[in-house]
Amino acid sequence: MEVAVFAVFALLALGSALVVVLHRNPIYSTMSLVVTLISIAVLFVLLGAPFLAALQVLVYTGAILVLFLFVLMLLNVGAGGRGPDRLGQKIGAVGASAAFGVVMLTLLWGRFHGFELSPLTEEIVALKPLAKQLMTTYLLPFEMVGLLLLAAVIAATALAKKPEVRLPREKT
Amino acid sequence: MSIPVSVPIQWYFLLAGALFVIGALGALSRRNGITIFLSIELMLNSVNLLIVAYARVVGERTGDLLTALNGQILVLFVLAVAAAEAAVGLALFIAIFRGRRTIDVNRLNLMRW
Repeated sequence: MEVAVFAVFALLALGSALVVVLHRNPIYSTMSLVVTLISIAVLFVLLGAPFLAALQVLVYTGAILVLFLFVLMLLNVGAGGRGPDRLGQKIGAVGASAAFGVVMLTLLWGRFHGFELSPLTEEIVALKPLAKQLMTTYLLPFEMVGLLLLAAVIAATALAKKPEVRLPREKT
Repeated sequence: MSIPVSVPIQWYFLLAGALFVIGALGALSRRNGITIFLSIELMLNSVNLLIVAYARVVGERTGDLLTALNGQILVLFVLAVAAAEAAVGLALFIAIFRGRRTIDVNRLNLMRW
């Protein structure tokens, strides 16, 4: 059962991740990333992190990707595809990421070989220890992240505001 | 090949690695700035998955329940920083688009050598 759920959502995540990267229209890419992120949320539940799964759905798909969609619709960039395709860049990208993938997977593969996770217990998925840990040991980072978010919101507002001086248009 | 009862931890590692590679491929090969941004979000998420899986395994190995929780809290902070990064990044794209009428990263080459 667990293996079946993992297989379905892992394949879903991989497939929709490929659509994110390969689709020409960024709107479809964004919608596809929603599917990937929800699949990863399901895997979080399998790993015994239901709080993170809920947060993933709320913050990522509920807030960040909606922001992406808003910006896409605001800018109305569309499918794009103007200009020559840079074949060298594509080949370089495939080569670099494949090499990186081989290195990373060989490093990860040897770790904990054949290790089987014990089934989830209430002790593992309990929220109370997480909350306690977050509010005691990690209280300072927690507050700093709050400050960071505030700074980010102010910066985003300042950046997206209409500038008083117009930048020179690009020569076409 | 027999099907195991519980999911081997390797599978999570492989999945996270594969998602990261797909994200890296997108970030390197695409020209639309927003698609590059989406690929970066994908890479961040694959790392989150890896952190949660790894923390769980290490926690079970050492018998320390807090290890898994510490991993989850790290992911929580990554989520918050990703939200901040998305807000600032998208605002930057709006500002760039206002001046240049494009977010094609190959044409945004003012600061390129």
